[in-house]
Amino acid sequence: MSTRALYEKILLDHAKNPRNFKVPEKFDVKLEGFNPLCGDQFTFYIVFEGDVVKSIYFTGNGCAISKASASILTTLLEGKCKDEAMNIIQSFMNLMRTPSNEKVDEEKFGKLAVLAGVREYPIRIKCATLPWHTVEKILQGEVSSQVTTE
Amino acid sequence: MSEFENIKLYKNLFLDPNTDKMRLRAEFLARKIGLETLRGQFPILDTSVRGKPLVYLDNAATTQKPQMVIDAINRYYSRENANVHRGIHYLSEKITDKYEEVRSKVGRFIGAKVDCEIVFTKGATEGINLVAYSYALPRLKPGDEILITYMEHHSNLVPWQVVANKTGAKLRVLPITDDGLLDLSNLQEYLTEKTRIFAFTYVSNVLGTINPVKELIKKAHEVGAVVVIDGAQAIAHFPVNVQEIDCDFFVASGHKMYGPTGIGILYGRAPLLSEMEPYQTGGSMILNVKFEETTYAHIPHKFEAGTPNIEGVIGLGSAIDFLNSVGMQNICMYEESLINYAYAKLSEVPGIRILGPHTPRAGAISFTMDCAHPHDISQILDEEGIATRAGHHCAQPVMERFGLPATARASIAVYNTPDEIDLLVKALHRVREIFG
Repeated sequence: MSTRALYEKILLDHAKNPRNFKVPEKFDVKLEGFNPLCGDQFTFYIVFEGDVVKSIYFTGNGCAISKASASILTTLLEGKCKDEAMNIIQSFMNLMRTPSNEKVDEEKFGKLAVLAGVREYPIRIKCATLPWHTVEKILQGEVSSQVTTE
Repeated sequence: MSEFENIKLYKNLFLDPNTDKMRLRAEFLARKIGLETLRGQFPILDTSVRGKPLVYLDNAATTQKPQMVIDAINRYYSRENANVHRGIHYLSEKITDKYEEVRSKVGRFIGAKVDCEIVFTKGATEGINLVAYSYALPRLKPGDEILITYMEHHSNLVPWQVVANKTGAKLRVLPITDDGLLDLSNLQEYLTEKTRIFAFTYVSNVLGTINPVKELIKKAHEVGAVVVIDGAQAIAHFPVNVQEIDCDFFVASGHKMYGPTGIGILYGRAPLLSEMEPYQTGGSMILNVKFEETTYAHIPHKFEAGTPNIEGVIGLGSAIDFLNSVGMQNICMYEESLINYAYAKLSEVPGIRILGPHTPRAGAISFTMDCAHPHDISQILDEEGIATRAGHHCAQPVMERFGLPATARASIAVYNTPDEIDLLVKALHRVREIFG
């Protein structure tokens, strides 16, 4: 897969028109994720309804991969209960750890599969995982400080 | 035709022949230095990456190595390997001579008064740390000030932060202008009788700015400050003469001047080096050791504890031979023509923002594009076989100063060509196609 193809897919669309990209008027919890190596910085805002992620938004700056990854994350986690959300996050982390020559089970990974191409560029994996690490921390209740990739 | 269109037409007429002229000048100077033969000395320039011929524009990170440097290291391990300053045997004597010859060579290359003013280090970073720990730390007190600038690499910032924290001295930072030049309008407020150390870079690794070192060193000496010059981004691009600029300390890295990694140069005025405590202790740096007391060796050996990086020194010597064979004046003229051409061509790319001044500039051009993040730019360039760097370039305060999280950076060396600049510009148009 060439870089062109990697960017072309849904990724580029999410990067150019990120979904849920704003600071909501009300939110229950927010957390900033930061990659000190490249300066990528995103803040996530979650509105909970009981155990359910009722809505999730983000703002910030980063490369196309990190921004698209954050955007896709918000579309996948909205409306999910914490356990489901954690499962999706785990699936994504597993996907990123799968060697790039292994074919992705598109049925199993669903929308996440569009991010699979990132594995061919190991230095960009951190770009893709930053949003996921950040939201994982929120769901684990660790919201006191900034999340960094280092 | 409206007035606006008139101006546009005029600008186009003006710009096009201009870049053409710049290109012609670069091509002329390329022929003068025998660029084709020169490129042939770098085996890596022949390779392909991602199916495209390599266009290496990450020279501010590290330069490629000519065959003569590779051969020198190979010869050392195949035929000449022994420890220096120790063995009473043929190989040891030979390699010790060679090692010390490189010291003289470095001394001549940067214009030191005597060879003992040259200390071999791991790199520019270790050179600055050596001065920070052995010169500054024992001497500075609360009330004293260390002056650095906003455009320093972290290696010329963090060591001084440590000295300030440990001694109670104050770390002050000289600002830069929007054009990426040192802001000298209030220099007298920053450089005062309190300033004990003024440490700054000769050339910015991000902005490419060449600083007015001679003038600043003179002013620093007027208030009694000791000046440390970070020459890492200067030494391979134009002639450097430490006596002419009159600095007290000067550091550089071998691998940014066509030499191997892990070897660097520290120049220090002999009287200053002599009064300094050793940086590290152990073998090689002693005259006499007893349990009660040790007498240290004289400079420069006092600062070279343990078996040194002999292959690094041998390779560095060969890198200087390479630079001298081309001629620093020639390198300076050619690179200036190339970077002028690059600046002009890059300026024409829509949506680009180039950091730093048009002149005086050497080595690096950092830029951002309105349509794409620097990481994405560098990745598309990589796909075209063009090596650049994206990120904060170990100079986060510069990024902060310009309100940017990161930049893309293309940095040239003597072996780069006008054609490679055209490939870079073409690839940037592709970035616009994809992200625009």
